[in-house]
Amino acid sequence: MKELSLNILDVAENSVKAGAALTQISIDETDELLTLKIIDDGCGMSEETVKAVTDPFYTTRTTRKVGLGVPLLKLAAEQTGGSFSIVSKSSEQYKSEHGTVVSASFYKNHLDFTPLGDVVSSVTTLIQGHPDTDFLFTHSFNGNVVKLDTRELREVLGDVSLGEYDVIKWIEEYLKEQYDQFG
Amino acid sequence: MKSLAELQAIKDRMKNKVVLREGTSDIRVVVGMATCGIAAGARPVLNALVESVNDLGLSDKVSVSQTGCIGICQFEPVVEVFEPGKEKVTYVKMTAEKAREVAESHLQGGKVLTEYTLNKGEL
Repeated sequence: MKELSLNILDVAENSVKAGAALTQISIDETDELLTLKIIDDGCGMSEETVKAVTDPFYTTRTTRKVGLGVPLLKLAAEQTGGSFSIVSKSSEQYKSEHGTVVSASFYKNHLDFTPLGDVVSSVTTLIQGHPDTDFLFTHSFNGNVVKLDTRELREVLGDVSLGEYDVIKWIEEYLKEQYDQFG
Repeated sequence: MKSLAELQAIKDRMKNKVVLREGTSDIRVVVGMATCGIAAGARPVLNALVESVNDLGLSDKVSVSQTGCIGICQFEPVVEVFEPGKEKVTYVKMTAEKAREVAESHLQGGKVLTEYTLNKGEL
């Protein structure tokens, strides 16, 4: 992937496919480190599946759906000297509190660090494609926080879809203004 | 600054339109947004389509949505156009620029851009 934001878009799609009502995407940045977390309350995975998804060569038919997305994110993190983990609680085992947490950290000054790129576009693309599920996006750096919570927007919008063109454009501008404010 | 009040105004404006629009999308445009599509550049293609459909005033008859892997990863980004009573049209190796052309020529004008479609012999 040319941008980390594309990995984020790709891996967050897995959360939506897992039936998540809320997918949280958080990016925490210091001068040295970028930490990415994608947290969902979807159906989760069994222990064996969790092990399998990080291995690009483990492709039996049942796990093929997961594909290369997770291994690519893992590679992007580890090639900077950073780390990657995935923890999951399957809904079969954990009736009330299930879901998946994908964490990846990146050393930003490493030669092989992939720039974050257009993360606003990834967020709006996710919402456009899945207007009926919720996303909480936060990006913090140097004490500043850019935030978008679709649950708050949904409260205002009522039965007007988050996927409406004007709404998507509003979200895009809303996020861009926050970024501009913090330089 | 963008405010929630502004979003409220959008809502009020949309409210009436929503009723009119239900079930009226004649043309369905689908963009492959699995790992293969995203890595090949599907995100700007999707955004260009969404934007063009709006700018050309086609929102009432064209819907743009996302799907998973279509199965021809080597031809990504792939865009499929479904129209009632017509054969599916598959555009391959798309770019944002080509997507805008497709919106104008095909979605608005009804003329398929065959230079960008999948050639059956290539499969």
